[in-house]
Amino acid sequence: MTTTIISERTSIAAQRIEIADVSAYYGSFTALSGVSMTIEPRAVTAFIGPSGCGKSTMLRAINRMHETIPGARVEGSITLGGESVLDRRVDPVAVRSRVGMVFQRPNPFPTMSIRDNVLVGVRLQGRRLSRSDADDLVEMSLRAANLWEPVKAILSKPGGSLSGGQQQRLCIARAIAVKPDVLLMDEPCSALDPISTAAIEELIANLRRDYTVVIVTHNMGQAQRVSDATAFFTVDGAGQPGRLVEYRDTTTMFSRPVDPRTADYLAGRFG
Amino acid sequence: MSHISARPASLPPISLPRRVTAHVAHLLILGLFLIALAPLASLVVTVVSRGWSRLDPTFFTSSMRGVVGAGGGALHAIVGTLLITLAAVVISAPIGIAAAVYLVEYGRGALARALTFLVDVMTGIPSIVAGLFAYAVLSALLGPGARSGLAGALALSVLMVPVVVRSSEEMLRLVPSDLREAALALGSPVYRTILRVVLPTAAPGLVSGVMLGMCRIVGETAPLLLVAGFTDSMNYDLADGRMATLPVFIYSQWQNAGRDHVAYENRAWTAALVLIAMVFAMNLAARLWSSRKVR
Repeated sequence: MTTTIISERTSIAAQRIEIADVSAYYGSFTALSGVSMTIEPRAVTAFIGPSGCGKSTMLRAINRMHETIPGARVEGSITLGGESVLDRRVDPVAVRSRVGMVFQRPNPFPTMSIRDNVLVGVRLQGRRLSRSDADDLVEMSLRAANLWEPVKAILSKPGGSLSGGQQQRLCIARAIAVKPDVLLMDEPCSALDPISTAAIEELIANLRRDYTVVIVTHNMGQAQRVSDATAFFTVDGAGQPGRLVEYRDTTTMFSRPVDPRTADYLAGRFG
Repeated sequence: MSHISARPASLPPISLPRRVTAHVAHLLILGLFLIALAPLASLVVTVVSRGWSRLDPTFFTSSMRGVVGAGGGALHAIVGTLLITLAAVVISAPIGIAAAVYLVEYGRGALARALTFLVDVMTGIPSIVAGLFAYAVLSALLGPGARSGLAGALALSVLMVPVVVRSSEEMLRLVPSDLREAALALGSPVYRTILRVVLPTAAPGLVSGVMLGMCRIVGETAPLLLVAGFTDSMNYDLADGRMATLPVFIYSQWQNAGRDHVAYENRAWTAALVLIAMVFAMNLAARLWSSRKVR
């Protein structure tokens, strides 16, 4: 599909993410301490670990959503394609327009039609589209989210009228319509039934061809199925900071984990 | 087994004392509800029965200019009420909604607490004080003794703003934070998130909040008596001169009844009926509006 485009950014440039000694705080509480890792482009990286281990916090630090919570801050360095993300002079809005996010609960905008839900990101970024460019973008994004066929006849219906799984795919279409370099997914299937989950997982497998995908999941089977690399986070106890324990390619991680805590978690002995 | 054996072997029906108590409580609550309803029912019946006699075309097509005794109408007062209420809405809705947006989306710390406190204080302001405020503003600008519909609208705005702030604040807080996060994560600046996502989502609630604020002020008498004054003639100009309104019309018909006092009293009752009908229509419109959008 040819797309005559919205902005100067004509192609997706999946970017490498370098995380160096990142710590994240909520007020005086340290949620995450000393995380360093490199996330490869055109691959799916999964963050796994027990509740409270800081994996979602790590994810939200990458697109600077963490700091939208009052009192929350991040220290350390994150670079996206060599550019610093956390630098105070960098506009968080610019970061977020390059790093898309899909949330745990599908959250299409209830006042908008399916079509407008796909186009909303472009509009929220203050860009204008011609009618035909908008049509192309809607079709391309919905096709990329495997949602075009079921909704092409009902584009003017409200986004909330879709099923939960379709709503989540609409949210993915919405996220990729702004052509981000990176796609962050915060437990995107935890509110969905198994069939919808399978559809999303298939979609993730397609998205990895174009994007840097990072997915937080509680489902170890899912991490194993969809990801190329897996990062295991854990926390020693309540009030302690979460830490990155082990990070390697998914196959090795699940067959021969090095750290005993990883082995225990993968074997279901805690978490 | 001994201490458990008190448990009945079968599933018994509800015991007699409990059934009696439930019945009595039921009747009691129904009775209190009817008592609460009685004044309202009596009011509606009285206003309709007394106001009926003058509910004629003349009432809606003529003013009181040159009318002594029977006849005449309240067109000037109806127009005045509509104009002044509309002007008050135009002043209050933007201020009230903007203040609510500030409190919900930006407000942190001392300024937000001060604003909330002031809104609380304003909610309790006696309406005559709002009138005095508008009177003072008007005197400072145009010299003492000036009267105008706009000053009336200003006084009513003082009463309406806190209502709008309160209800809008509640409506904006009902917008799920998920939606704000989703918009921010799409690379939206905060102001555009508010304009494009938060306000449209809360729109039905905001509109019905403004409508309820309107209902609150449309029957205000004291401040209008003070600053909009009263006239028997038509006045379509908010900025110039005295302007009649329905509540003030009712008051003056009753208070300054002439020799044929029944004619004056009947006009007052009919004006009351029209005023109640207007409030009722607004309330209904607000409800229909908010239920239409929510679906």
